[in-house]
Amino acid sequence: MVEASKRLSSKAPRGPIAERWDKHRFNMKLVNPSNKRRFHVLVVGSGLAGASAAASLAELGYKITCFCIQDSPRRAHSIAAQGGINAAKNYPNDGDSVYRLFYDTVKGGDFRARESNVYRLAQISNSIIDQCAAQGVPFAREYGGALSNRSFGGAQVSRTFYARGQTGQQLLLGAYSSLMRQVGLGKVSMFPRREMLDVVVVDGVARGIVCRNLTTGAYERYAGDAVLLCTGGYGNVFYLSTNAKACNVTASWRAHKRGAFFANPCFTQIHPTCIPVSGSHQSKLTLMSESLRNDGRVWVPKRAEDGRAARDIPEEERDYYLERRYPSFGNLVPRDVASRAAKERCDAGYGVGSTGLAVYLDFRDAIRRDGQDLIRQKYGNLFQMYEKITAEDPYSAPMRIFPAVHYTMGGLWVDYNLESTLPGLFVLGEANFSDHGANRLGASALMQGLADGYFVAPYTIAGHFTGRPLPAVSADAAEFLASESEVRGRTEKILGVGGRRTVDSFHRELGGIMWHLCGMARSADGLNRAREQVQTLRAEFWENVTISGSGASLNQDLEHAGRVADFLEFAELMIDDAAHRCESCGGHFREEHQTEDGEARRNDDKFSYAAAWEYRGVGSAAKLHKEALEFEYVKPSQRSYK
Amino acid sequence: MSGDPTSSMGFTLKIWRQSAPDAKGTMETYHVADVSPDMSFLEMLDVLNESLIGEGREPVAFDHDCREGICGACSLVIDGQAHGPETETTVCQLHMRHYSDGATIHIEPFRANAFPVLKDLVIDRSAFDRIIAEGGFISTHTGSAPDANAITVAKDLAERAMDAAACIGCGACVAACPNSAAMLFVGAKVSHLALLPQGQAERNRRGLAMVARMDQEGFGNCTNHFECMAACPKGISVENIARLNRELLRGALAPRRV
Ligand SMILES: Cc1cc2nc3c(=O)[nH]c(=O)nc-3n(C[C@H](O)[C@H](O)[C@H](O)COP(=O)(O)OP(=O)(O)OC[C@H]3O[C@@H](n4cnc5c(N)ncnc54)[C@H](O)[C@@H]3O)c2cc1C
Ligand code: FES
Repeated sequence: MVEASKRLSSKAPRGPIAERWDKHRFNMKLVNPSNKRRFHVLVVGSGLAGASAAASLAELGYKITCFCIQDSPRRAHSIAAQGGINAAKNYPNDGDSVYRLFYDTVKGGDFRARESNVYRLAQISNSIIDQCAAQGVPFAREYGGALSNRSFGGAQVSRTFYARGQTGQQLLLGAYSSLMRQVGLGKVSMFPRREMLDVVVVDGVARGIVCRNLTTGAYERYAGDAVLLCTGGYGNVFYLSTNAKACNVTASWRAHKRGAFFANPCFTQIHPTCIPVSGSHQSKLTLMSESLRNDGRVWVPKRAEDGRAARDIPEEERDYYLERRYPSFGNLVPRDVASRAAKERCDAGYGVGSTGLAVYLDFRDAIRRDGQDLIRQKYGNLFQMYEKITAEDPYSAPMRIFPAVHYTMGGLWVDYNLESTLPGLFVLGEANFSDHGANRLGASALMQGLADGYFVAPYTIAGHFTGRPLPAVSADAAEFLASESEVRGRTEKILGVGGRRTVDSFHRELGGIMWHLCGMARSADGLNRAREQVQTLRAEFWENVTISGSGASLNQDLEHAGRVADFLEFAELMIDDAAHRCESCGGHFREEHQTEDGEARRNDDKFSYAAAWEYRGVGSAAKLHKEALEFEYVKPSQRSYK
Repeated sequence: MSGDPTSSMGFTLKIWRQSAPDAKGTMETYHVADVSPDMSFLEMLDVLNESLIGEGREPVAFDHDCREGICGACSLVIDGQAHGPETETTVCQLHMRHYSDGATIHIEPFRANAFPVLKDLVIDRSAFDRIIAEGGFISTHTGSAPDANAITVAKDLAERAMDAAACIGCGACVAACPNSAAMLFVGAKVSHLALLPQGQAERNRRGLAMVARMDQEGFGNCTNHFECMAACPKGISVENIARLNRELLRGALAPRRV
C-alpha cells in the first residue's frame, strides 16, 4: 500500500463518479457578478488552455491580463496539433459514451491518473465540441452537414473530431478569436513577447508575476489575485522534439521553486512515426500521423549495417520486427511499444539511412494491393510533406521514420480545482499533470487543454476568491521588488559568464544525455550516469557559456540561455523521478522491470501513486510526496499486444 | 535529388541588420560554410548564428517557432520574395537543396508601414491582432452553445470555410503587395466566418469594422496585383478578396438601427 502525503489533498469529491463534478460545483461558493470585476487574474500562456481560460473568465466579468512569448497569442504551440480532438458525442452511434471515454483514458494512461479528473474530462468533452462549432471552427463534415469523426489509437470507437490535418490550428484560432473579442471589449489586456520569469508570493499566496519584455529587455511586475499557468509542456528538455522551439519548462520550474510541487516529471511520450534526424544540424523534428501504420509495414534489414538501398534488399533478408514480435497487433501496436521496438533494432545496429537511426515504413505491399491512387487518396498530404522535407519519393522507396519526443504527461501537481500546492496558482493544459497518467491517448491533449480553460478553471477559481482573504497588493510591494532583483540577477549572471561555448551546444548535449539515458528506455545505472553528466554540464554552463549582445534589447540568444539554464536544473528532477519509479508504466520503461518478452511490467502495490516533488534547492534532492491513486471504477489490468 | 549529407555547401548572405526599431539598418555580408542540402533555410541561419556567437558577434534575430509551416512566425523576404522561391512553402519549410552551392542570397524582413522592424529580421505584426479584435470572431459566450449537430453545414461550404481559415497570419501577403494591403488576410477571415451559418448574425458589421481598422493601421489599398496569392504559403485564393468586397457592400447597404 502506498502511504499518502498529508501535503496533498486532491479535493476530489466522493460519491458516484457521474455526480461528482455537479456536486462539487454546487458546493462551491459563487462570486457575486458585480464583484467579479474586482478580481484580477493573470493568465500566463495563450495556447488552447490559456486563450480559452482568459476569454471565458473575461466573459464572466473578471479582469484579465494575458501573456505569451510569441508575437501574437495565435502562434502558441497548440497551433501545430494535427490529428484531432476526442469527445464522447457518440454521433457515429458506435457505442461510445462518457463512461467509455473515461475508461479508455484511465486504461490508456496505464492506471496512473486520478479517476475523478478523468471522468470530468470525459463529461466536459461534449461541451467543448459544441463551443468550438459555435465559434465557427470548420470541423470536417459529412455530406448531410453533420460533423464527421475518425478513429484514433487506443480506442475502438470513432470519437475524434478534426479539421483536415490542422485541428490544433483551427481550435486555437477559435479560442484566439474569443480572446481577441474580449481584448477589443477592453476586458483582457494582452501582452505578447513577454516571458514570465517568476511567480511572486505574498503571504503564502501567488499574487503576481515578473516578466521580461522580450522586445525591450525591460523587467515588468504584474500584481493580481490569482495566477493561471498555461505554459505548455517541457519536451524540449530533449532538445530535439516535435515541440515548437519556444516550448520550455521555465514558467513551471520557477513556480516549482516558489512552492508548486512537480508531479511525475519523467512521464514523457515518444511518438513512433516522425521524420528521422538527417544530420547534426537538425533543429527540430516533424511528426508524421500515426495513421500511416494502418497500411505501412515497418522493417529493417536482417543484416546489421547493411548498406544496400531498400529496394535492393530481397524479401527474405528483411526483418518485419513488429509483425515478428507482436503477431496479433503487428504494425498497429501502441505508440510506446512501437517506439521502443524501433530503438531496440537501431541500438543493435540494424538501423537504416545515413545516421543508422531510422527504420523503414514501407508502402510497397499496400500499393501493390490497393494501387497507388488509393494510397494517394488516403495519405497524399503526408507523402507530400515527407517528400518536401526529405526530397525522397515515398511511393517508390520506403519512408524512413524514427521515434521522437512529443508530449509530456508530467507537470505541476494540481488538485481537482486545478490549483497547485502554491495557493492561488492554478495550472492548466499540458503544464499540469492531471489527466493522462503515464501515457496520453491521441487527440486527448486538445480536449484536456480546452476542458481546463473553458469549463473547469472558470468555476473552480471562485473557491480561491471566496475562500481566502486577498488584501490589495501593489506591484511595488517588497516581494515584487525582491523577485525582480532575483530574476535580474540571474540574467546578469548568465550574461557575465563570458565563456566560450554557445547556448545551443549546451542544449544539444543535454538533449543527447536525456534522450539516451532518460528517454525510451531507462535503467538505474544509466540514470545514475545521466545525473552525473547533467550535473557536470550544468556546472560547465555556468562557467563557460557565451552570450552575444546585452540584456537591454531583443536578444534571442539570452532568452534561449535562460530556458536552457532551467532545463539543466529540471533535468535532474526528471532523472530522479525516473530512477525512483522502479516499475515500467506507459511511456516510462525501466529495463529492469520488464516481462520475459521485453514488455512493460507495472508494480501497482508499490507505485500506484502520483509522485509530487517538493523543491529543496538546486543540487539538493527534492522531497517526494505521494498522492495515492484509487481505482474504484476501472480495475487495473496488464496490457498485452502479442 | 536526394540530400547527400556528406556534401556541404557554402553561401554568401546579404542580410538586413538593424539594432533597434528607430535605428538605421543596413545590408551586411556574411559567408556561411558547411551547409548541408538537407538543412532548412532557418537551420542554415542557425549555422551562421552559431559561428557569429563563436566570434563574439551578435547573431541575426529572426522570428520562428514551429518550424513546420503552421505558426506563421517565420517572415523573411529572400531575394525579393516573401518566404522565398518555393510555392506554398514557408521559409521554415524551404530546404537548402533548392539553392546551388556558392550562391549569393539576400535576406530582408517583411516590409510594410504597418509592420515596423523591431530588430534585424523581426517585425511587429500586432496590427493583425488588432484587426481581429475588431470583428474577426463570432460572439459566443462559453457555455451557451447548442449541440454541435444542431447546426448543420453543407460539406462544400465547410470545405471552403476551411480553405479560408487555413491562413497562418504570417503577413507574407502584405509584404508581397506593392501597396502593403492586408486584404487577403482580412478577406480570408471574413470569408471563413461569412460562409458558415454560425457567422451570419454579425455578418453585416464584421467586414466593415475590420477594414476600418485595417485602414487605420496604415495598410494600403488593393489594386488587384494578386502578388498576395502568389506569396501565400497556404495558397489562400484572391476569391476571398472578392468575397470581402461583396461583404462590404452588403454591410454598407444593410438597414441600420439609429
Ligand atoms: C506536432 C504535434 C501534434 C499534436 N497533435 C495533437 C493532436 O492531434 N491532438 C491532441 O489532442 N494533441 C496533440 N498534440 C498535443 C497538443 O498540441 C498540446 O499538448 C497542447 O496544444 C498544449 O496546449 P497548451 O495550451 O497547454 O500549451 P501551448 O499551446 O504550448 O501554449 C503555451 C503558451 O504558454 C506561453 N508560454 C510558455 N512559457 C511561457 C513563459 N515563460 N512566459 C510567458 N508565456 C509562456 C506560450 O507563449 C504559449 O502561449 C500535438 C503536439 C505536437 C507537438
Ligand atoms: S516557424 Fe512556424 S511557420 Fe515557419
